[in-house]
Amino acid sequence: MPRYFTDEHEWIDVEGDSATIGITEYAQDQLGDIVFVELPTVGDEVEKGKEAAVVESVKAASDVYAPISGEVTEINSTLEDEPGLVNSSPEDDGWFFRVNVADEGELEGLMDEDAYKEFLANL
Amino acid sequence: MSDDDTPEEQPLGTLPLDAWHRGHGARMVPFAGYEMPIQYEGIVAEHEWTRQSASLFDVSHMGQLSISGENAAAELEKLVPGAVTSLGEGRMRYSLLLTEAGGIIDDLMITNAGPHIALVVNGAVKWDDIAHLREHLPDEITLTHYEDQALLALQGPKAAEVLDALVPGAGELTFMRARSFDWDGTPLWIARAGYTGEDGFEISVHADHAEKLADALTADDRVKPAGLGARDSLRLEAGLPLYGHDLTTEIDPVSAGLGFALSKKRRETGGWMGHQACAVKLGDGCASTRVGLLVEGRMPAREGAPVYAGDELVGKVTSGGFSPTLQRPIAMAYVGAEYAAEGTALEIEVRNKRLPAKVSPMPFVPHRYYRGS
Repeated sequence: MPRYFTDEHEWIDVEGDSATIGITEYAQDQLGDIVFVELPTVGDEVEKGKEAAVVESVKAASDVYAPISGEVTEINSTLEDEPGLVNSSPEDDGWFFRVNVADEGELEGLMDEDAYKEFLANL
Repeated sequence: MSDDDTPEEQPLGTLPLDAWHRGHGARMVPFAGYEMPIQYEGIVAEHEWTRQSASLFDVSHMGQLSISGENAAAELEKLVPGAVTSLGEGRMRYSLLLTEAGGIIDDLMITNAGPHIALVVNGAVKWDDIAHLREHLPDEITLTHYEDQALLALQGPKAAEVLDALVPGAGELTFMRARSFDWDGTPLWIARAGYTGEDGFEISVHADHAEKLADALTADDRVKPAGLGARDSLRLEAGLPLYGHDLTTEIDPVSAGLGFALSKKRRETGGWMGHQACAVKLGDGCASTRVGLLVEGRMPAREGAPVYAGDELVGKVTSGGFSPTLQRPIAMAYVGAEYAAEGTALEIEVRNKRLPAKVSPMPFVPHRYYRGS
């Protein structure tokens, strides 16, 4: 299952026509203690590059952008009670939401893991 | 993902402990014109450590000033609403620099330091404060800016025992008292004060000795360094207003709920800048006032969020965040005076959602100042 990354520090796992989206280890470390995650609603249409969720750290609110367009099929409701999962397991249990992939072509231009690591090294 | 806290574009200064902070793993951010530590291991951990033990904050960005000369106290009294001439030696007072219209230029600490009057002002506006003081104080009053002094704040319930072990006698100070100490030949000016709501001290030390003092304080297992992030969440829980956010030149002390800083006698005698404007507010009441809000749910309401009573826009949040102690969002807001009563149900709009909130007394977390046994 390929994993892609955005330069806004979201990750996306694509499996068939379903994609799971979250924020990266680097992003959670930059944000610090996360106290609230505002997720989209199942059935919402998200658009590539547009705000799809909000993470609130103690200090500030930060937007999370959809790396791909599609309809939200599932949200990680565990985050409502345990927003800290985004800190402890950002790229696994702390996933945000799933979408139906509308246009696979939108994945072009996203980074693979090696490219993202290089991107981080040059920040 | 994007952080909406965009740093200001300006050349940044470095403070005496810059290398020390970096060596201790601090994340540095631009604040008040300097690179400052926002956090070390994490804001919540540092916040909780301060409430349980003791934390060392670097507040060297703040302005340390003094005024001296004949009638210095009386001349300063013309610019602040608090009594200065009657302030006993070694005693401190919270006060305000005001415009003629009663707007708050800055909030500050005034101490009768014996030969001079010491002032500690906010870092972000210290140059404006200096200009204001210089403009309005007579030429024969000397204004000194101690740019070579660092300022460290040791805050938390264990601060007194830690500091007293290092600097014998420091623990005998009570809240809002200050004096000079000698620490193995290094002069320290220590005040029992702070801005976290906890017992604690602010220690002024020459920049050359700041690292040595920070090392000595953190060598004690009860002390860890803490950053500006925890300082902000602590002061919000303590219900203390932050200049530039909860206090500005658009806000007067009466609306800000700082009536205690307008000394009773001086309300009557006047003779200080802003007196007439404040007297009108004291007589007629204020259109809006600063309140605390307990927000339901977990979504924090930040600075700038509008406050509603039903469909009516009645105010605006000036500070808001998540309280680690209470495990819920809290905020300070200015609301119409008729909505300021404790328990009033209001709503805060955050990203097109209405969050229920209730007017709450402040502090949100009780102060633990040491006023003597």
